[in-house]
Amino acid sequence: MTDAVIKCESVYKIFGANAKKMLQEASGNVDAKTFQENGCIVGVNNASFEVAKGEMLVVMGLSGSGKSTLLRCISRLTDATDGKIFIEGQDLLSLKNKELIELRRNKMGMVFQSFALLPHKTVLENIAFPLQIKGIKTEDSINKAMDMVKLVGLDGRENYFPRELSGGQQQRVGIARSLAVEPDIWFLDEPFSALDPLIRKEMQDEFLRLQGVLKKTIMFITHDFDEALRLADRIAIMKDGIIEQLDTPAKIVLNPATEYVKKFTEEVPREKVLKIEAVMDPVDDVKNLSDLKVSKNEIIENVAEKILTQEKSVAVIDENNKIVGTVHPSKIIHTVFGGEKK
Amino acid sequence: MELLKKYPKLFQWLFLLVIFFALCFAIDVPETYKFIRGQAEFIKDPNQSTYTLFGAEVRYYAFDTLWRLPPLLGWLPIWVNDSLFFLLNEWMPMEFWNEDLQEYRTRPLVLQITRNITASMTFLIELIREILLGGSKTVVAFTSWDWIDKNPWAELPGLPWTIVAAGAVILCYKLSGKGLAIFAGLVMIYISVFGQWKPSMQTLSFILVAAPLSFIFGLSLGIMAYKSKRVEKALYPLLLVMQTMPQYAVLVPAMVLFGIGDHAAVIITMVVAIPPMILLTLLGLRAVPSEVIEAGKMSGCNNWQLMTKVLIPTARRDILIGVNQVIMVCFSMAVIAAFIGAKGLGWNLLLALNQLNIGLALEAGLCISMIAILLDKMSLAWANKQEDYFGNLTFFQRYKNTLFFAGAVLIGVTFAYVGTFLFKDNFNYFSEIPHNKGLSFADFWNKGVDWIWDTFFQTLKIFNTWLITEVLQPMRALYLRMPAVATLVLVIGAGYIIGGIRSAFTVGGLALFIALSPWWDRALVTTYMATFGVIASCTIGLTVGTLCQQNKYTTKFMLAVCDIFQTFPSFVYLIPVMMLFGITDTSVLIAVIVYATIPATRYTIEGLRSVPPALHDAATMSGVTKFQRLINIEFPIAFPHMMLGVNQTIVFALFMVIIGAFIGTEDLGQYILKALSDKKGGGKGLILGICVAFIALIFDNLIRTWVEKRKKHLGID
Repeated sequence: MTDAVIKCESVYKIFGANAKKMLQEASGNVDAKTFQENGCIVGVNNASFEVAKGEMLVVMGLSGSGKSTLLRCISRLTDATDGKIFIEGQDLLSLKNKELIELRRNKMGMVFQSFALLPHKTVLENIAFPLQIKGIKTEDSINKAMDMVKLVGLDGRENYFPRELSGGQQQRVGIARSLAVEPDIWFLDEPFSALDPLIRKEMQDEFLRLQGVLKKTIMFITHDFDEALRLADRIAIMKDGIIEQLDTPAKIVLNPATEYVKKFTEEVPREKVLKIEAVMDPVDDVKNLSDLKVSKNEIIENVAEKILTQEKSVAVIDENNKIVGTVHPSKIIHTVFGGEKK
Repeated sequence: MELLKKYPKLFQWLFLLVIFFALCFAIDVPETYKFIRGQAEFIKDPNQSTYTLFGAEVRYYAFDTLWRLPPLLGWLPIWVNDSLFFLLNEWMPMEFWNEDLQEYRTRPLVLQITRNITASMTFLIELIREILLGGSKTVVAFTSWDWIDKNPWAELPGLPWTIVAAGAVILCYKLSGKGLAIFAGLVMIYISVFGQWKPSMQTLSFILVAAPLSFIFGLSLGIMAYKSKRVEKALYPLLLVMQTMPQYAVLVPAMVLFGIGDHAAVIITMVVAIPPMILLTLLGLRAVPSEVIEAGKMSGCNNWQLMTKVLIPTARRDILIGVNQVIMVCFSMAVIAAFIGAKGLGWNLLLALNQLNIGLALEAGLCISMIAILLDKMSLAWANKQEDYFGNLTFFQRYKNTLFFAGAVLIGVTFAYVGTFLFKDNFNYFSEIPHNKGLSFADFWNKGVDWIWDTFFQTLKIFNTWLITEVLQPMRALYLRMPAVATLVLVIGAGYIIGGIRSAFTVGGLALFIALSPWWDRALVTTYMATFGVIASCTIGLTVGTLCQQNKYTTKFMLAVCDIFQTFPSFVYLIPVMMLFGITDTSVLIAVIVYATIPATRYTIEGLRSVPPALHDAATMSGVTKFQRLINIEFPIAFPHMMLGVNQTIVFALFMVIIGAFIGTEDLGQYILKALSDKKGGGKGLILGICVAFIALIFDNLIRTWVEKRKKHLGID
């Protein structure tokens, strides 16, 4: 892929005094247990993947799975022990400090779990902070920051201090700050985990709306599988530093690669996650179809009732109204109630 | 056997005590032993043994090595002294330009450096002092005495007291609000009316120089320690010793290097005030959440921006608490530094105490205490003040404080000008009320003291005699009766049982240093006085703290009282006890007890308060009585924190014991006082100070190690 914005090639991050030496001796075959016995902790174990322009990759894993470490390697908040990371073709690990700062000032934005706002600055000043660090004139940076305030819907609160805002509002500031320099790459480290469930849902919707407008290249970290399914173009599931599976949500739900991934997918209500596209059959007999046509991008839940009232298979169409597949009502029943579900 | 397995620690302790007492009884007191000629006294006596090491001849009374170790480190103070002397007077002579003589003169490098520092300090102090009080030395520094004689107008006039008072009130109002502003106004009026203006301003000018400098150095060193593990490791032991070394002891080497006077006092104040600033800076920077730092980095901050725009502002509160500490240390040093000739309130206090004029001392002490409270509240208010948004305020709202102050200056100057016509005899009461023209209740107080003496003399004397003959003397004898080897075994054994081999080595090393120094006996006396003080303080503190903790209001009240008492410079405590008990060991001990009870009470309350409410509820639901809850739940959980209080109590008690030498004791403090008036006392003072610090550090190490283990065991943070 030439348009890969982020590209990782067998990235390792191992904490400990003689991590480098141990890694060389292991020659690519890293076993977390033997490392631990020697006083090293494996954070990221042989991660290789690409993120295309405009794509949202969600990295999902429980605490201690190395997902945040992976993100910090790619933003170079920590240096990877081994491997190669390319940002738009640039070798990240070979960058000098100055170049790295330039890269962060212009290309990267990051949102943090605990918001990480500066307590001594107002909302507006917090958002303008990266701009001012960059050396942009105060007036311009304030204007730009004001646009951002409006974008995340905090108008009227721009002169509040972080201590005067609720968690959801604080994270809006965090989001606005990370977007202020108009970065191409957007890192979000469990941005909604510290919020109440209802606020979280609201913020996810807001986030999807923003992404619809902005179309950034995104790496999104979460420990919430439902959140991953809702937001992701592709999901990477991590365990003990290893990426267990990296695929689209539908494929992960339908074909979990390992027992570990299966544990997550088992409880997922498929009709709420899968699109028609994921369960349709190839077209074999165009004539023997009912009159109903459904878009391939519909979530099953939304059209299930309609399909189930039909007796024959239903045509599935794409954006151009072309028939690309068929769905028989029994398939829907099978998806929702049958399958490998216990 | 089963008991042994169940309580292994208990048996270890028992075993240790058995050995200790066995040693005590096995080693007899040598017939020639007499306390006063404990060991090395640098006097010539044919009964003494001598040895020479590193060119220093050490004389000492030889005893059985098991009874008292020979002072193998006796050469150290002499050597330190000689080295200082060499550094100052002989090392690296160089050519320096002499302003007065207008020619190059050969001078040793260190002497030149210290003289330059001294000169700049003197200049700074004079500058501020003359802004506050008037004078011409600053102008002289830029011109000459001749020039001043020809131009008598060029003298700084000095701010009228009304302006300084108004400034303080406005600042307090801005920082905290009405309450503090009123208090500031009252303090200022008190100072002025009672004729303490001049010494107060002298002390203030001293703080205005020492505190900012300490802040800058402390902050920079704190940042360096934050950035580099190596710097931190190098600083850490120094910080520990400095925090436990009596401030009083640091005066001596400073005097050798920088002479006597305000400048030397400023420099030594900085030495004492910088360590807490470093610690709090480090603490504050460490407490900045890692995500905030990462946010700064991802915003593209370089190292400088990260430090100045992210780390320091986020750690603002801790750093300002550091400033509070710096100010308080500076203030208490400003008082103690009177011993090496710093002018101001401390000087007056010292004079009054020397003349046994308790009334005058009381007035100066009251003044010191009030300023201490004011400074403490002001700097705390600054630390706790949250920033407000100014963008939408009008010009007047924004600058109203500045405008008010400008108005106050105008009015003050006008008053002072009018005053020159109004008052006769060259006294302008609107500018400054001279010391002898202010109100004074000194006579009243003195009469009060006389009355107390006349009325209660018999009672007090009986109490005094009883305490000395029945409690203090036997206790002291017991301490001195311990053979050095037995004490060392006890200390090392305790270290081993509590903290393992590492702790044993640390405390053993510290104790050995004292044992090999020439002042083991004196150290024992210091320890005995401190022990007595600590036991009494802890008993009082524990009781008072526990009782007060039962009620929300008393808790609050008691903590406020502790806050206030803690701000008083330790020296002030000597005044009332001298008033009541005269010049005896009892006075010192009572001052020690009063002073050291503060941390004991505070930590007891804090410890009990830190017991989680859920546990409270759980206990109540199990149907315990209040007393059962206290014994079974609250005390065990609060105990580690309370032990930290004991630790503080020990440090406080030692400080006070040392200061008590001023009244007259026979411990290390007395020697420090002697070293102050000894031309060659620099080395002695330093080693004596280190000895006191080491006594504190032995207890500190044992208690902290135990507390950490216990906390881990209980799963508290």
